[in-house]
Amino acid sequence: MSVQIEDAVRDSAPRIGKGGAPPSRRGRKTGRAARSAPYLLLIPALAATAVFLGWPMVRNLIISFQNLNMKQLIQHLTEWRGFDNYAEILGGEQFWRVTLRTVVFTAVNVTLIMVLGVLIGLLLAKLGKKMRLTLSVALVLTWAMPAIAATTVFQWLFDARYGVVNWVLDALGWHSMARFDWVGSQLSTFFVITVLIVWQSLPFVALNLYAATTTIPKELYEAARMDGAGTWKVFTSVTFPFLKPFFLATTFLEVIWVFKAFPQIFAINEGGPDRLTETLPIYAFTEGVGNLHFGMGAAISLLTIVVLLAMTAYYLRLTLKQEEDEL
Amino acid sequence: MNRSLLGRIWPNATAIVLALGFVFPVYWMFTTAFKPNSDIITEDPVWFPFHGTFEHFTTAVNAPNFWTLVGNSVTVTVLAVGLSLLIALCGSFAIARMRFKGRKGIILTFMVAQMAPWEVLVISVYMIVRDADMLNSLVPLTFFYMLMVLPFTLLTLRGYVAAVPKELEESAMVDGCTRRQAFVKIIFPLLAPGLMATSLFGFITAWNEFPLVLVLNKEPDKGTLPLWLSQFQSQFGDDWGATMAAASIFAVPILVLFLFLQRKAVSGLTAGAVKG
Repeated sequence: MSVQIEDAVRDSAPRIGKGGAPPSRRGRKTGRAARSAPYLLLIPALAATAVFLGWPMVRNLIISFQNLNMKQLIQHLTEWRGFDNYAEILGGEQFWRVTLRTVVFTAVNVTLIMVLGVLIGLLLAKLGKKMRLTLSVALVLTWAMPAIAATTVFQWLFDARYGVVNWVLDALGWHSMARFDWVGSQLSTFFVITVLIVWQSLPFVALNLYAATTTIPKELYEAARMDGAGTWKVFTSVTFPFLKPFFLATTFLEVIWVFKAFPQIFAINEGGPDRLTETLPIYAFTEGVGNLHFGMGAAISLLTIVVLLAMTAYYLRLTLKQEEDEL
Repeated sequence: MNRSLLGRIWPNATAIVLALGFVFPVYWMFTTAFKPNSDIITEDPVWFPFHGTFEHFTTAVNAPNFWTLVGNSVTVTVLAVGLSLLIALCGSFAIARMRFKGRKGIILTFMVAQMAPWEVLVISVYMIVRDADMLNSLVPLTFFYMLMVLPFTLLTLRGYVAAVPKELEESAMVDGCTRRQAFVKIIFPLLAPGLMATSLFGFITAWNEFPLVLVLNKEPDKGTLPLWLSQFQSQFGDDWGATMAAASIFAVPILVLFLFLQRKAVSGLTAGAVKG
């Protein structure tokens, strides 16, 4: 819509170089200044990105080819290992196990978040004003809870002895849960982490979905209803197609957030028990900073980035194409 | 008739259950913080704290270095968000309003930068900061936090800038404003809500950041509050009252900010999402 207007304006107005500039009355000099303006405006952002993100990336690549442990770090030695770090990681079992675990963990969480988030968002649209406000406030409070604070609270909720979760389960008749140690096994630790992450992420999806549904023209719903469409049909034939960009963007963001989830997993049990709840970011951290194998850790970091890129490649390609169409 | 009554009840009933479920952890944090120990360490949970006490907050606030760390957190967060807003505003204007060579590549750069897994870059960041001899300083922390929030800020602001009708700017320029004047006088005021909403997410990110400070600033008086909070429980044993008081102190600034800005934030995000 806005694109069309822009194009119309552009076609009808004589202009120089790029969009937005008024018809030039000031000659060539303004033209050149206007041409370099976008680059000047972008220099600070690009320079900062190069220094504080680009350099760490490059440095990470360099370190990943080094044998860098405590000894080399203290004595400032540079020992090259070529591809040995990578060979060791890719040849071992641990990396593949952690990668599989991370992918499954991400898939489960993102699916739960998207499905439940959309349901809650649609519920918000259905509610009356007062009830919607109540639920919105609850969602906003949750959304705003800082990750570390939320993690601490969940440790307390799931505390073995005085935690309220075990008390409720016991009261409901599941007596074996009375003193259950949630962080004692892999599956139960992941359960706590998943509840925590889903609880934290739902508000974003639900509130945004609700806000997005308000942008759908009412006539579309009315037309669908007239044709006798039920709730599910209305969703698949009106809401979903109309909000497809929203669904794609949100899923993409959630994949990144869940994949990178660090404080929640680390603070709950530092990847334990027995490193069984380590996802890729935690694995890289424990190997690198925890066990002081910086070279190995850097190599794992790099592989982690590759995995993340692979998981989001579809969306990235799509967005790029979209940008192209817009230009 | 029966069916429509049911149809009216179930959404509301579900909403109430959901609202309670979402609020409960927050509620439990605050109430535990105000309960005397005898109500916390008990086999039967006390659901409503009738005997309130401030003793846990006193414990938390008197913990070593508390006020220093509050100062550190505020300094780093405010500076990082301020800097990134400034830089992002310039960049987003260029991307939203101008056509130039390499625009696509630059957008892609920021999209990728937004995905940057800082959590796995801590090793190289540690090496860089160590080589610069700046471990335990707030300066590198500020700059890295600035960059953590910069791509998101820039891409979101771009949506806001694009949402300001170009005609406004053009008519200002026809009336004799320069492009810069048009920006300062016309676009900037219209962007204010967008700036607030965007900065909210910057604040949350910087206020919450954990892995980097965990590695860079190990000295007890050089850290930030997330570090303090994560170590609080182990330092104070199983003093859940004090731990929840600490968590409350940490969460309250963000909760308050959020409640004030959330309406703008939500509509802003969708504005950004529509634009891509």
